[in-house]
Amino acid sequence: MQKTISMPNVNLSQGEQRSSSLKPVGLGLLIAAAYFVAIPLVFGANGYLLNVFTTMAAVSFISFGVWLTFAIGRINLAQAGFALIGAYVTAILVSRLGISFWICLPLSGAVAALLGGLIGWPVLRLKGVYFAMITLCITEACRLTALSFPALTNGAQGIVDLPLPGELSLFGLTIIPAFEKGARLPFFYLAGTMMLLGLWFMWLLDTSRVGAVFRSLRQNEDLASSLGINVAKYRVVAFMVSCFYAGAGGAFFATLQQNVYPTTFQVLDSVYFMVYCFVGGLEFVVGPLVGAVVMMSSFELLHDFHRYQTVIFSGLMILCILLMPNGILSVIKRRSGKSEEAPNA
Amino acid sequence: MTQVMLNALVVGTTYALIALGITIIFSIMKVVNFAHGQLYMIGGFVVYYFNVVFGLPFWFGLVMSFVIVGLLGVAMELFLFRPVMLRVKREEVTMLLAMGTAVFLESLALIVFGEKQRGVPPIATGVVDLFGARLPTGRIVVIVVAAMLIAALMAFIGYTKTGRALRAMAQDREATALQGVNLKWLSAMGFGLGTGLAGLSGGLLVAIFAVHTGAGTAISIKAFLMIMIGGAGVLSGAILGGFVLGFLESVGYALLPGSLTFLIIFLIVICFLIVRPNGIMGKPWG
Repeated sequence: MQKTISMPNVNLSQGEQRSSSLKPVGLGLLIAAAYFVAIPLVFGANGYLLNVFTTMAAVSFISFGVWLTFAIGRINLAQAGFALIGAYVTAILVSRLGISFWICLPLSGAVAALLGGLIGWPVLRLKGVYFAMITLCITEACRLTALSFPALTNGAQGIVDLPLPGELSLFGLTIIPAFEKGARLPFFYLAGTMMLLGLWFMWLLDTSRVGAVFRSLRQNEDLASSLGINVAKYRVVAFMVSCFYAGAGGAFFATLQQNVYPTTFQVLDSVYFMVYCFVGGLEFVVGPLVGAVVMMSSFELLHDFHRYQTVIFSGLMILCILLMPNGILSVIKRRSGKSEEAPNA
Repeated sequence: MTQVMLNALVVGTTYALIALGITIIFSIMKVVNFAHGQLYMIGGFVVYYFNVVFGLPFWFGLVMSFVIVGLLGVAMELFLFRPVMLRVKREEVTMLLAMGTAVFLESLALIVFGEKQRGVPPIATGVVDLFGARLPTGRIVVIVVAAMLIAALMAFIGYTKTGRALRAMAQDREATALQGVNLKWLSAMGFGLGTGLAGLSGGLLVAIFAVHTGAGTAISIKAFLMIMIGGAGVLSGAILGGFVLGFLESVGYALLPGSLTFLIIFLIVICFLIVRPNGIMGKPWG
């Protein structure tokens, strides 16, 4: 909850105070510390709520990737597909070969990024609606691949009973102890760390020269290439980074749920990742996080409506788009912008 | 092989109807209707309710599927897409709106219609021998009706005043408005026509395949494949795309296990789009 309140500050520091880059980092660390200490203190006893926070963090981590492809002007609906790839990479490596989760987590991201690069190179030539449709098909193709090769993926039965992450040690020094059965806090911390690192990297990327190049791709690719920017290279890089987020996030979910099925990530999840980016606001790095927090907590709050939950939720989603087509953060920004201007005038 | 070709023809004609609906909406509104499959599903349920639950003739249900889903489309255009399109310039927003509508319609359908698979009694009995292949009469009726509908639609768009106005609007909105065409009315009507076609194809196919509430996404994906093959926004391309997909699917199902067929179709389409990003008939656009 602390996160939502401090959002406008983070945005300001991104836009107007880009020169002093230390300030937002310090602020971010402060929020991170508060998040890591306060949430377990307040909700630590409530396993369900802790789980919600964990899921929120991991989902916003995956959504950051979608946000990056939006930054280059592409509507990416393949995110769930690459998350599924990451989930299966981890599941297969952990269950069949007994490789440590801590190696699998980045490896899943890398595999997803590599595949993303291979598929993205030709597919990224498409624009607008065509790209959206083809990426939607990629998500579906990933699900079908998982179904079609039961020797590797165990088909519709999925890979179940994945072991929990073991201990991570370096030169005999335990860095992260093995996860205990039924313990939710380790996953909470892992998801939180992933989300913060992911956000930090996105922020670095967005404020760097590369971020400016990405934005130029969205505005006008021809103009960008006339300035000597290798358009094809940059958009593939952006897509690969996005796929890395998906793959690592997928690996996390596979381990959290200790199973993976072809339906673990499907078209609807791709749509939701995109919705989170939108609801938060596409112009803001923290947009996906805000969107995920707002939408997912409202989904959880609607829990009591049981079978009407999804109807009300999707109705809410439509209402959000109708009332705030540029996202929540743009509304907040406009408000704060107005109140700042008022005394000057 | 004749059997496979005939199956391709059956599937292709109905697919062409679906693709035509999504193409009409796309060409006049520049919106990809992600809810198309859900509207198709609703069309199927409308026929089921009129035919099985209320005991009225199948053909009446079919007409109603066009009317009801068409009106639903008009309402979508008036209350959802128009207000949003007036305020935002980014095409992503309307796409997302269509996706939100798709989720909304599907979850609503799940509550109203339930989870069960629903079918209607066969519309015709008997089997016809055709070039050495056997085809149930019901399927032949479906082909003939679908072909007639496509012909009627092409005639409507090609030769009537409203059809001409629709085509003009797809080319240039401002110029059409300058000719005294009421764009507001026309775009609502075009949207309704497109969604009505989705409902109609759903209602028609319920006679062959049963329908269930989760059918929407698969149909939407097929519709996207068709318009990607044929070229988005081109009516002839939509028909062609429908037949190409119907053919690929029928051949695939005859030779390969189910899930592998579509995986291969996806790969073919991706490779095809690398060579021709605008589809077979499509015009280049940004």
